[in-house]
Amino acid sequence: MDTWKKKTLEEWVDVAVVGAGHAGCEAALACARLGLETVIFTVSVDSIAMMPCNPNIGGSSKGHLVRELDALGGEMGRNIDKTFIQSKMLNKSKGPAVHSLRAQADKEEYSRRMRRMLENTPHLAIRQMEVTDIITEEGRITGIKTYSGAVYHCKACVLCTGTYLKARCIYGDVSTYTGPNGLQAANHLTDSLKEHGIEMLRFKTGTPARIDKRSIDFSKMEEQFGDERVVPFSFETDPGEVQIQQSSCWLTYTNEKTHEIIRENLDRSPLYSGMIEGTGPRYCPSIEDKVVRFADKDRHQVFIEPEGLYTNEMYVGGMSSSLPEDVQIAMYRTVSGLEHAQIVKNAYAIEYDCINATQLYATLEFKKIKGLFSGGQFNGSSGYEEAAAQGLVAGINAAMSVLKRDPLIIDRSEGYIGVLIDDLVTKENQEPYRMMTSRSEYRLLLRQDNADMRLTRKGYEVGLISEERYLRLQKKEQLIKEETERVEKTLVGANQKVQAFLEAHKSTLLKSSSTIGELIRRPELTYEMLAEIDEGRPELPEDVQEQVNINIKYDGYIQRQLKQVEQFKKLETKKIPENFEYDQVPSLRIEARQKLNMIHPLSIGQASRISGVSPADISVLLVYLESYNRGRQ
Amino acid sequence: MRSDTIAAISTAVSESGIGIIRISGEEAFLVVDRVYRGKGRSKKLSDCMSHTIHYGYICDGDEVIDEVLVMLMRSPRSFTAEDTVEINCHGGVYAMKRVLETVLKYGARPAEPGEFTKRAFLNGRIDLSQAEAVIDVIQAKNEYALKSSVSQLKGSVQEAVSRLRNEMIYQIAFIESALDDPEHISLEGYPNRLREKNCQWMQELQKLIVSAENGRRIREGIKTVIVGKPNAGKSSLLNFLVGEDRAIVTDIAGTTRDILTETIQLNGLTLNIVDTAGIRKTEDAVEKIGVKLAEENLRDADLIIYVVDSSTRLDENDEKIIEMMKGRKAIVLQNKTDLEAVTTEEMLRERMQDHAILPISIRERTGLDRLEQCVKEMFYQGEISFNDQVFITNIRQKNLLITSLESLKQVENSIFMEMPEDFFSIDLMSAYEALGEIIGEKVGEDLVNEIFGKFCMGK
Repeated sequence: MDTWKKKTLEEWVDVAVVGAGHAGCEAALACARLGLETVIFTVSVDSIAMMPCNPNIGGSSKGHLVRELDALGGEMGRNIDKTFIQSKMLNKSKGPAVHSLRAQADKEEYSRRMRRMLENTPHLAIRQMEVTDIITEEGRITGIKTYSGAVYHCKACVLCTGTYLKARCIYGDVSTYTGPNGLQAANHLTDSLKEHGIEMLRFKTGTPARIDKRSIDFSKMEEQFGDERVVPFSFETDPGEVQIQQSSCWLTYTNEKTHEIIRENLDRSPLYSGMIEGTGPRYCPSIEDKVVRFADKDRHQVFIEPEGLYTNEMYVGGMSSSLPEDVQIAMYRTVSGLEHAQIVKNAYAIEYDCINATQLYATLEFKKIKGLFSGGQFNGSSGYEEAAAQGLVAGINAAMSVLKRDPLIIDRSEGYIGVLIDDLVTKENQEPYRMMTSRSEYRLLLRQDNADMRLTRKGYEVGLISEERYLRLQKKEQLIKEETERVEKTLVGANQKVQAFLEAHKSTLLKSSSTIGELIRRPELTYEMLAEIDEGRPELPEDVQEQVNINIKYDGYIQRQLKQVEQFKKLETKKIPENFEYDQVPSLRIEARQKLNMIHPLSIGQASRISGVSPADISVLLVYLESYNRGRQ
Repeated sequence: MRSDTIAAISTAVSESGIGIIRISGEEAFLVVDRVYRGKGRSKKLSDCMSHTIHYGYICDGDEVIDEVLVMLMRSPRSFTAEDTVEINCHGGVYAMKRVLETVLKYGARPAEPGEFTKRAFLNGRIDLSQAEAVIDVIQAKNEYALKSSVSQLKGSVQEAVSRLRNEMIYQIAFIESALDDPEHISLEGYPNRLREKNCQWMQELQKLIVSAENGRRIREGIKTVIVGKPNAGKSSLLNFLVGEDRAIVTDIAGTTRDILTETIQLNGLTLNIVDTAGIRKTEDAVEKIGVKLAEENLRDADLIIYVVDSSTRLDENDEKIIEMMKGRKAIVLQNKTDLEAVTTEEMLRERMQDHAILPISIRERTGLDRLEQCVKEMFYQGEISFNDQVFITNIRQKNLLITSLESLKQVENSIFMEMPEDFFSIDLMSAYEALGEIIGEKVGEDLVNEIFGKFCMGK
């Protein structure tokens, strides 16, 4: 009996995932679905896949991430398709490269469905417990320890701690040492990571207040509807299933009075008083930041968005803040329609520990500790979608390392996920990183509409995409190819029917015959419109038609980017050995050598993207690598 | 590795009899097919045998640029182990420059410093033992190119390029903000506004390109700068060198800077002599500018001639000059030997061990033949040489201006074709990048910073 008392709990698993937010869920599901015994830790099972800030998934470039994640076999796309309450395709009037889906979520439903998914996935165990230590042996992860002292031995571990590490929420002079939404923070793991030589940073972000729907006068606001025809996120969702009754959002504005109150109380903001030390993101500034930095603007947009179907809480988009409670209420009440607003939850800023992701390889594995992976806000990103995408890649690569298979690396020419991860592990981020379409240099190729053709093959090879889905994709590709060829070959004469059609669409009349392809290239015509004069056209699914239209219409631009990608790939495939010692290359400039030593790029391409590494350094490096390789032969 | 097609002048840029333009890369034959016209009904060069020589003309459309011999070398039997074409044209700066520019216009890009050697090495043509030497070449050439490319830019050109870039990045950031946050920022009516700006930019670039062609006459020769404090005898020396029976080749008031430049022939060597304002500390605003220019000239000189007034003491102005001459190719003229020496040859030698010191008297015309001899020796021993990087940098910059203009034309076309706005920013970014290369700036986080800095993004 004595020995029984002394014993701490010990368990053996393949993979331990720390944190059950958007990154952690994807990581754990991927590992378990690949057949590995997986345990996922969370400080509270009620916070699985919680959305502590904005109540939506997707948006410009983030929508791309979700589509890509879905193409690889992730869960986020399916989950939002089942739980959204409004959906919009953004930028529809612009080019196909920047079309982006954004859906309002029923937050609670979103979270609940994901929890059910986790609970019912074989090989996956959920544990409500704070993880306090990582355990390593000879530079390799061997397990983790919980607050209760239990040890979980594992072959790989994925850290997805989000904003919970030493989290602190602040507004005015009120500060609490909690994670988002008043949840318990994780105060011990940081120290263990530091002891293992991992360098930590401190970032900051914030969220606006939630207001009681019954206190809002919607008649003073503009109603914002969802799209008439909703496009699902997941390539697997039947479009028929998502044509639901949608909820509305509402648009209103701040005004001079709002700005005056903010300016008068700036000295009471913890951001300006120095109480907050973390680095915040410039792209989602608090309302006080906006008023200070864009002083010439006399009003800012405010979006009032429902948090769900069965709650009266409304999210006040555009007005995140860390001003004191009394200032918050005064400021919100200056906004048209919010004159009698009742706050349910105060706006606050949150500070947390995270890492500089240059400590990771593009596989999201720590360079210093084998078998330890990380994803999400812990890596210095922001946003649910950025988190989920990294979580999926980190999870897959944790599984690959346990299974001793090749890792999954998506490069910048293959997906936004590749851009996201490459930026994180190559550039030293000074603020939470958010995805943007302008960060992708090949965005005409990385469209949300072709994510499946770019990535589903990879998902299939990894083992997260079924044989059936993969065959469907191949069939689709075949149809696109055949139809593109047909359209490029099909001639229409300058006959009366054709001329009448052109005239009706204000298009120049034909002098002699032309191919359907040529007509698609005209700005005022599309593949769909031309059905009228394209007699032999086969009946094809909508997504196939869309691809044919885009392929032909933007052919010139697409070809140019494909050429750039070719150049890019040449540098990307020049691998640098993992243990390459830059100190043996004295001809590199000191700054370049330091950076290269720190980041240890996997390829010449990655090296060329490190700030402080010049083209001349790259030339020198190429020559050295060549002699290194020849020397080893 | 990058095997796109590169071109450069591979002989010294001088008034020699023959100049060679070398083209290397996958499309070397294709490029030369576009510009070469053989005698009579000759076949395309890409259909000809390797290691053959062909007589014909280099043409830009209908215009004949030069009469040439073209040598073909197919991969891997060439220096770089890639398809290589060498065009033997008439020597002389003008002819070589025109031929190179034509080749660049038809698809090649200017080689980076040391790039032929680098390719030769990477393709296994150069022995491993020479890796270090290859790196040295790349480094030396890069360092020089970097230095000269920035110092060579006229202040006004640099300003124009920087201003254009600022204007462009602002517009790109505007478009990108609107794409990123379509509910906050609208692009209503924007294409027309952009078209106006784009037209202006194109005109300005066109002007810069023309001025790169005409404004700056590239003169081959050894850039020689005469320095010394006021009244040391600099101008007398210049008058002496230029005058008498020595031929004045040109008399161009400095095209880039307001400093008098003379070109003279000295025993078959061409010297571009720059007379500078005396270097001394001054508070006078106008003179300050002159002194600053003198210092700039000194920095990129191939040869410095330092005239010392030996009848006075070395003062702080001399100290400054001596400091600037360290590690440079220079000749010290101890002038006014006809007067009593206050500063002796020994004193000078002690200060400047590395430089030749020649006692002369310009007034008495003594010792000047030794100067001539000294320059000649330095040249033939390879201590001083033409600075062909200056010339190459100029071509590279012009080429980048053209690249930038081409991208703007693409923007113009996209606007005309009513393409969606996101297409504009792709080509605008290329234009911005090309201009950045001229002034040695990488793009990095410019765009993201501009977006967050100038446009209010909501959440």
